[in-house]
Amino acid sequence: MRHVDFSRNETLVALVILAFCAAATLADPAFLSMPTLTDLLRGGIVLGIFAVAALLVLISGGIDVSFTAIAAVSMYSTAMALNTFAPGVPWGVAFALGMTIGAGLGCINAVFIAGFGLPTLIVTLGTLSMFRGFMLAFIGQKQITTLPSGMREFGRMMMIRGTNPDGSFYSLPLAFAFLVGAVVLTWVILHRTMLGRQVFAMGGSLESARRVGVNVKGAQFFVYIYVGALAGLAGVIHASMTRVANPFDLVGLELSVIAAVVLGGARLAGGYGTLTGTLLGVALIVLVRNSLIVFGIPSTWQSVAVGVLILIGTGLPAWQAKRAAARAA
Amino acid sequence: MSSSHAMPLISIDGVTKTYAGITALDDVGLTIGAGEAVCLAGENGSGKSTLIKILAGVERPDRGRIGFAGVEQGPLNPRLSAAAGVMVIFQDFSLFPNLSVAENIAFSASLASHRRLFRRSPVRKLALATLNRVGVDLDPDAPVETLSVAHKQLVAICRALACDARLIIMDEPTTALTEREVRVLLDIIRRLKADGVAVLFVSHKLAEVLEVCEKVVVLRNGRKVIEGPAAEFDAASLTRHMTGRDVAETPPDPVPADAPVLLQVRNLTKAGAFEDVTFGLRAGEVLGISGLLGSGRTSLAKALFGLVLPDGGIMTVGDHSVPLGDPLAAARAGIGYVPEDRLTEGLFLMQSILRNVGVGRLDAHSSAGMLDFAALGRDATDWLRRLSVKAPDSAAPVRSLSGGNQQRVVLARWLARNPRLLVLNGPSVGVDVGSKADIHGIIRDLSRRGLGVIVISDDLPELLATCHRILVMKAGRITGEVAGRETTEADLAHRLAS
Repeated sequence: MRHVDFSRNETLVALVILAFCAAATLADPAFLSMPTLTDLLRGGIVLGIFAVAALLVLISGGIDVSFTAIAAVSMYSTAMALNTFAPGVPWGVAFALGMTIGAGLGCINAVFIAGFGLPTLIVTLGTLSMFRGFMLAFIGQKQITTLPSGMREFGRMMMIRGTNPDGSFYSLPLAFAFLVGAVVLTWVILHRTMLGRQVFAMGGSLESARRVGVNVKGAQFFVYIYVGALAGLAGVIHASMTRVANPFDLVGLELSVIAAVVLGGARLAGGYGTLTGTLLGVALIVLVRNSLIVFGIPSTWQSVAVGVLILIGTGLPAWQAKRAAARAA
Repeated sequence: MSSSHAMPLISIDGVTKTYAGITALDDVGLTIGAGEAVCLAGENGSGKSTLIKILAGVERPDRGRIGFAGVEQGPLNPRLSAAAGVMVIFQDFSLFPNLSVAENIAFSASLASHRRLFRRSPVRKLALATLNRVGVDLDPDAPVETLSVAHKQLVAICRALACDARLIIMDEPTTALTEREVRVLLDIIRRLKADGVAVLFVSHKLAEVLEVCEKVVVLRNGRKVIEGPAAEFDAASLTRHMTGRDVAETPPDPVPADAPVLLQVRNLTKAGAFEDVTFGLRAGEVLGISGLLGSGRTSLAKALFGLVLPDGGIMTVGDHSVPLGDPLAAARAGIGYVPEDRLTEGLFLMQSILRNVGVGRLDAHSSAGMLDFAALGRDATDWLRRLSVKAPDSAAPVRSLSGGNQQRVVLARWLARNPRLLVLNGPSVGVDVGSKADIHGIIRDLSRRGLGVIVISDDLPELLATCHRILVMKAGRITGEVAGRETTEADLAHRLAS
């Protein structure tokens, strides 16, 4: 099994990324440089954490569109609460508060989904609108431009800092370590704990999982609370990196995130998906967003390009599978 | 362990269960010893699924005692039953298609062990040991979705064994298996019995498993009607006990001598499927076409209704030739087709019973693009009544019906169109014995009214009971023709196989 498997989404997405980079380098030799790489990684932090969360839900056989609203609410209320009550606490407190708020909102999703057994898309469509509306109506609509000092400080912390030969700077924020952490933790849960295997099993067949004695409700509670906490983390990181808590940010990203995950090979029907594929999907989408300029393509064409990628990237393997099935029949 | 030899592995006594006033099980008792195989026979609705659920701890009986290895049990739940080694293999196997063979086999065992962490090597080891115990060679790393039905069943058996199953309950184990696969299954069952594992077969099609069973228990309408050594039963006596009546299959009435020729098929050929098929069918005649799997019978059936495009040949209905490979033209010519797999090819499962019948009559009840729903509904209701479809509510989704009633819905849809000729591909696959006899009655009734009927089946008793003539297909060619009343099952089986 060491040959390259072209029917896998991962392979396809990796090849598209390589082709894209090659084309971009031909168009502009300066493309292959540290700043491009750090821009790419920086742009992938929030999207990547979101995608890891969305992947977990897709594997469990559900779909969550409310995580961006959870992130926005967690980010905005954390900034607001700390500014009001404890502006001087270290950034770790801000993160803990954001993740707790996120987990709490995720728990509301879980109550409807696991407790009342409602369809996941309907529940999260509802909570997406509800969480956001609640924040704008009761918490506030104004941008918070002066963040609590802990978050400001975190936004300035860098993992890597350097200077190019031409004198320009590049840097990679510490926030990237949280993406790495989220990926590693999620990988361990999915592949090294029985809980993770039960999440896969539920996605494969919910009815079978019930019959063999999987605690389906418990696993669903875990999934939606974990996703809420990750969303809260992503929200606080987003505010720290942009140095502003804008309540109108983030919501609207959910479909791009799910698209990135599906591009990476996860199936909407559940039970399938890899972190490698998810990260490749995110990388491709960030790459397209960051670099269409290099080709002289206006940024309004971004969503068209992303759409085309999704159609080809997910359509091609599906079409191949269909052809293989037709040949076998 | 030594006491369990004297004590039956499972004993249930006086078990009664009612659902909303309807008695599903009435004072049923049963014992199963270690290493014993028992047949639990009964039609749909006889209470056998309720009994499985009670043993598996999914449902609680209203009254009655259940003992495992001589120890009387309190209220059961699925975990307690599983801990006692009672494992149910459902008809759909309840596997995880996205996980590997090894993980599927080890899944329940890992759950039961309450381990929190997951490691691949012990899972593989357990899976390989279990596969070895059953004597099956399967790739432990293959995803289950790539396996055949028979192999999925083996994985399900292995999963039960991996949790130290003492009693494996198999729900309809042979329905989806070919004859050879059934033999493999029976060999595995013999191995398990020698290992001390008991097996309870639950089915309405049990003749195939009788040879490995010690005991037969028959349920009817929630009561145990008979229990005895398997050697004292055969297919006919099982059927009699299950239905409570003699389902005597009488041969069909002779076709009137002056009946006109309805269908002429000449030199129908499709490369790789069937070759040079020629036959005629008269009005009021029932023609059987039989052949083993791969003989081309299914392709031929589909070709008659235009679902498969033949390479060459002529088909005429009455005086008109029918264009080949065009199902709409076939339907217009008065041909109806009841497919082999009604679930995927014959029914809109989620739609109502009424709509499933009415969809065949949309043209007749529409004018200027508007549908006359009232007339459509009356028409469909009438046909449901004529075919005595037992449904509490014709607005219920068709998948809530039993197999026999579903098949009647498919028949009703075609009969409402007033066809001249019906092609029935496996008319009684997956329906219970009583409904099967009723469907045969419907076929007889149709032929009396002058319809031509083609029955394509590998169920030889069914062909003998319904057909005037039977064509034998082998490797795509028609190799023989026998009159229904002049042949026996053994003779026909011999012709098919030789």
